[in-house]
Amino acid sequence: MSTNTSTEKSAIRKAYEWHEARLPLVNWLDHNLGTKYPVPRNLNYWWNFGAIAMFMLGVMIASGVFLAMNYTPHVSLAFDSVERIMRDVNYGWLIRYMHANGASFFFIAIYIHILRGMYYGSYKPPREVLWWMGILIYLVMMATGFLGYVLPWGQMSFWGATVITNLFSAIPWVGESIVTLLWGGFSVDNPTLNRFFALHFLLPFVIVALVFLHIWALHVPGANNPLGIDAAPSDKIPFFPYFVVKDVFGLGVFILIYFAVVFYAPNMLGHPDNYIKANPLVTPAHIVPEWYYLPFYAILRAIPDKLLGVIAMFGSILIMFVLPWLDKHPVRSANFRPVFRVFFAIWVVNAVMLGWCGSQPAEGIALILSRIGAFWYFAHLIIVLPLLSWLETPKPLPVSISQSVLKAAE
Amino acid sequence: MKKIILAAAAALALSVPAVPSSLWAASEIKIPEEKWSFNGVLGKFDRAQVQRGYQVYKDVCAACHGLQYVAFRNLADLGYNEAQIKTLAAGYEVDDGPNEEGEMFKRKAKASDRLPKPFPNEQAARAANGGAFPPDLSLITKARAGGPDYIFHLMMGYEDPPADVQMMPGLNYNKYFPGHQIAMSKQISDGLVTYADGAPNDAASISKDVSAFLHWAAEPKLEARHSTGLRVLLYTLMFTIVAYLFKRRLWKNIPH
Repeated sequence: MSTNTSTEKSAIRKAYEWHEARLPLVNWLDHNLGTKYPVPRNLNYWWNFGAIAMFMLGVMIASGVFLAMNYTPHVSLAFDSVERIMRDVNYGWLIRYMHANGASFFFIAIYIHILRGMYYGSYKPPREVLWWMGILIYLVMMATGFLGYVLPWGQMSFWGATVITNLFSAIPWVGESIVTLLWGGFSVDNPTLNRFFALHFLLPFVIVALVFLHIWALHVPGANNPLGIDAAPSDKIPFFPYFVVKDVFGLGVFILIYFAVVFYAPNMLGHPDNYIKANPLVTPAHIVPEWYYLPFYAILRAIPDKLLGVIAMFGSILIMFVLPWLDKHPVRSANFRPVFRVFFAIWVVNAVMLGWCGSQPAEGIALILSRIGAFWYFAHLIIVLPLLSWLETPKPLPVSISQSVLKAAE
Repeated sequence: MKKIILAAAAALALSVPAVPSSLWAASEIKIPEEKWSFNGVLGKFDRAQVQRGYQVYKDVCAACHGLQYVAFRNLADLGYNEAQIKTLAAGYEVDDGPNEEGEMFKRKAKASDRLPKPFPNEQAARAANGGAFPPDLSLITKARAGGPDYIFHLMMGYEDPPADVQMMPGLNYNKYFPGHQIAMSKQISDGLVTYADGAPNDAASISKDVSAFLHWAAEPKLEARHSTGLRVLLYTLMFTIVAYLFKRRLWKNIPH
């Protein structure tokens, strides 16, 4: 740069400025993910998971496109085409294992990202719309993951599709028609597989669009931080290079674990039955969804009435839209809310327990625990959070991030 | 932090052999774990063992069980050369056609052909097996909880039924089969096959060999996966350490 005076610009520089004057792409990036995007300096490593989730979305789209090139969405060919990918397509085994396990790791990143937001109160004003966009992303992810799991047309694909699509039949009046529409017929069959494939290809790009809105909504108020107090300009440092480099390091640790599973335990998170070709005449002993749906599956089965079960299951996610109004406590970060903190930990343990219940047959102790767990899932949100908003006395908040950071540095 | 990462990576590497093939241990029957040459970060198939296993499959299992995703050419993985594979394939007849006269005809199998199925269709298979359908074995070790351990113990798990068990007609008691009543009778016994390499041919050794072979059939890219995985993990580890050192230096004078 120093060798070029302002009168003697290099040809590349001129071309860049010519282009930038017409479409300020670099400037736009710089403002949104570069040196002109200020971020609170005190973010901890829990803040890495947004970038990690974005990276996983990229991995899923890239690997998915190559899988789609070799996959055949037909009931009599789908399973065979997946095996052809595994055996005869160059590095097909790698692409498929990256995609199948990538879904799990995308969900791991998203769950950590969501729980981080819940712990540090990132859903509270002025970030409610940011939180909504996140829930929308999660909902579309769940749909996409479910559709994708059907594509290999194994036993769990087929029976999972049958169970989940049948849930819609619980809706009064229109339920049966909705199910027929989802199936493209009167049972899960070739038209179902075809539309699931088309939608599985489409929805990730819907997620990309929602991620744009999510980041846009993030950049209006700026990032929350572990102290949960508003950050003054002096508390912030540019996203590039500081947080880019920090995210790259965090991503490295994450993909180290991801690759360990892809290469050394690629079927650990899958179900053995999905290596059996779909057979509408043979029901598996025990139908289970992918692990990331298990808590919701447990809530569904906890309630004996089908319609109420379906309402509870969808309600358990939709209720998150009003979380900013259930928890109206003015302090964001759980670090300053000792009582909330304990309840939050109980809620997380409860959700994990629900996941275990979802993996078990709905009987005996698993059923009892899933009922207690489903009750507590909602009770925490509807009863505990509003009560704590009224009653909890927070610990004194630091005056500023700088003050807190400097005090810690001493 | 670096120590934490290194410790985590080391723990991961060490824990790999203990990772279950699937977290869905669907059956409540505990399947003991065996030692396999293909377990672990650097695990490979034992060529002599999988060749013996192929011999067992060919001489015993293939009478009822297909291996539809395996082609003769794939047997090169087991250490057979091109000429041996051609000879092996030529021992089978497959349907082909139509020819220029519009007739279907039989010809000797080629290396590019899949292993021929024992029965033309499911109905024929059931008719020949007292109503039971012997499953294709191409993916069997991935399609059953316990994988090759399960197959090995299933082969060895035939016993007299306990006194309180009422057996269904035509079924056999097996300690490891879910529900314990299996249509397939005990197939493997001491000395069932004789190996050219003089390896032990007691029932346990034969079962072990055929289970290893079936795991190759289900996961033929296992060796490529293991060796690529090690390189990818080492690269990622170094990348991550460099990223950490860079991050630490960049943030050195930034209180946070």
